[in-house]
Amino acid sequence: MPEPTNPEPVGAEPTTPTPASRPSTPATTPVDEVTEINPDVDIAPEDIGVPVVAEGERLLEVDTVTLRFGGVVALNEVSFHINKGEILGLIGPNGAGKTTCFNVMTGVYQPTSGVVRYLGKPLGKRHKFQITKLGIARTFQNIRLFANMTALENVLVGVDAHHTTGVVTAMFRLPKHRREEEQGRARAMELLEFMGLDGKADELARNLPYGDQRRLEIARALATSPQLLCLDEPAAGFNPAEKVKLMELIRTIRDQGYTVLLIEHDMKLVMGVTDRIVVLEFGRKIAEGSPAEIRDNPAVIAAYLGVDEEDAS
Amino acid sequence: MTTTTNVTQKKKDRPNLNERIADLPLPIKVVLWILFALFLFALPLLNIPFITTPDSDFGGVLFTVSTYVLVALGLNIVVGYAGLLDLGYVGFYAVGAYTVGVLSSQHGSLPWLWCVPVAIAVAMVSGILLGAPTLRVRGDYLAIVTLGFGEIVRLTLVNSQWLGGAQGISNIPRPPGIELFEVPSIDWSTGVPVVDLGTTTTFLKFGISDFIPYYWLALVVIALVLVFDILVKNSRVGRAWEATREDEDAAELMGVPTFRFKLLAFALGAAIGGLSGALFAGKSGFINPQSFELLLSILFLAAVVVGGQGNRWGVILGAIVVSYFPERFREFADFRVLVFGLALMLLAIFRPQGLLPPRRTLRAKRADARQHVLEEGEAGA
Repeated sequence: MPEPTNPEPVGAEPTTPTPASRPSTPATTPVDEVTEINPDVDIAPEDIGVPVVAEGERLLEVDTVTLRFGGVVALNEVSFHINKGEILGLIGPNGAGKTTCFNVMTGVYQPTSGVVRYLGKPLGKRHKFQITKLGIARTFQNIRLFANMTALENVLVGVDAHHTTGVVTAMFRLPKHRREEEQGRARAMELLEFMGLDGKADELARNLPYGDQRRLEIARALATSPQLLCLDEPAAGFNPAEKVKLMELIRTIRDQGYTVLLIEHDMKLVMGVTDRIVVLEFGRKIAEGSPAEIRDNPAVIAAYLGVDEEDAS
Repeated sequence: MTTTTNVTQKKKDRPNLNERIADLPLPIKVVLWILFALFLFALPLLNIPFITTPDSDFGGVLFTVSTYVLVALGLNIVVGYAGLLDLGYVGFYAVGAYTVGVLSSQHGSLPWLWCVPVAIAVAMVSGILLGAPTLRVRGDYLAIVTLGFGEIVRLTLVNSQWLGGAQGISNIPRPPGIELFEVPSIDWSTGVPVVDLGTTTTFLKFGISDFIPYYWLALVVIALVLVFDILVKNSRVGRAWEATREDEDAAELMGVPTFRFKLLAFALGAAIGGLSGALFAGKSGFINPQSFELLLSILFLAAVVVGGQGNRWGVILGAIVVSYFPERFREFADFRVLVFGLALMLLAIFRPQGLLPPRRTLRAKRADARQHVLEEGEAGA
């Protein structure tokens, strides 16, 4: 079933949160094993020299971006923006171009036409790691941790994004190495503690339970001190109790000074946590607005119910 | 109650040597290391039965083994840490050896010691030159390109008269020595170890018949490379390599300039390969293209894979296995390749990760044990 025909009305609690096309994920952990986060730990982004915009100003702007793969138009003149300090939801049926949109924003793909502006300046043709250094971090729809590294090392790789220790510095254990290593470890441990993973710092990422792996991915992304945190379906494979915890987590992350872009299928989660929502369908933006507006938007309902769309049936 | 018995039982089940060594106090660990190092230095003089090779000079065998160890350590940075399949590593080995040959004998008369840093630098530059265009391709393609590199180097050596052609380069000077004192060896011919004052090795004379001083030199170099390896691995650089190996795209999106770090791994690996080539040239005094066949690349890679790529102690073990056993069992020379192939197959079946798979796991295992105790405790309560 490649095309989505989600039978539930928009906004209603879905009985099956996992669409058929999603890769199979391990069974979710029982409710009582949900790791508690520690919202009091200060994980605010570190000053990395990125000019900071005021609350409510435009952080990132996607301006009439079109992306073609040969004859396939993955994104068709999509425009939207993300304000500093908000949680923006990016939703749409399967294959609508949500993840593609993410990939354009994080430099994985170059738009065929149109431009992505970050802090007012076009991202242009930059390396992916440079975009991360500018302050855009992401997680992956399918967990892509460094499986054979420990949880702590995973987060340290993220912290290292702004470090400059090279072979010579490391070989002679120069002061810079020690300073960066100490700061990095402290920050990484803070993040793990925030996620409730500090007891598992030395476990290999692949040995962690599924939910912890998802959380570790978020911790690793936060470690790069992003201005904008992009979460690609962070609730995939979660049970309802875990989803509630995740909503809480996302809000806490926002309150600590991050801007969050959220791709999600679960309407309840999206409606509950986001400030604004952008809806994509077949690579086009079909709606944008507050959760309440989106809920009542006929185009969105049509997209999700498959009404008025001959090729969706 | 149940918790404690469970834990003690578990301890009894697997008395982990590694863990027990790690738990020893530091001074004892230092003493153990020194004793181990002394043992390694004395190994060729001890003439221990069964270990000593009956059919070839043990000092020479040990030197060969130590060049393999050095090469394996270098290749481990490329293959084990950064996850780049390099099938032409012998090329860098050859570049190192020939740099020494050219500078000290063929077209110059520099002393050996001066040539070594040049050999390292030239090998490193050749690594960067090879890596800069090719590290943009991944996996299989990289393997093919590096395979080609190894062959190109060898064919260039064969066909270039400037580099001595098929005859190679002879009269390469030996490392400088200081003759200080004689070290006696142990004689076991009567069944009991007896100090044999008749067979001695001069410390430190790099001659043409006694290869033990070369082995000592190689040991020192290995120790230096090991320290370098440990320091660099336990830093941002090592983490970046591992992240690149685990998931290149994810690493790049977490701010790791993957290309730069892959090139760095390639350059460092090449430098160590060049260094061992320089050692080899200094010991044999004569090099020709036949010393740098493709098979050698395969054996180097086998050392890394057999030992456990990514674990420096593992690849050392792998290098010893790959280079020592064929020398020890020379009487079965005709079956050597057969046995080697069989052993590789068995290894692939029973220990696909290598003899000593990478295990930062000492810490990970402890975390596991803690978790285990916690869970048991909760269940008990």
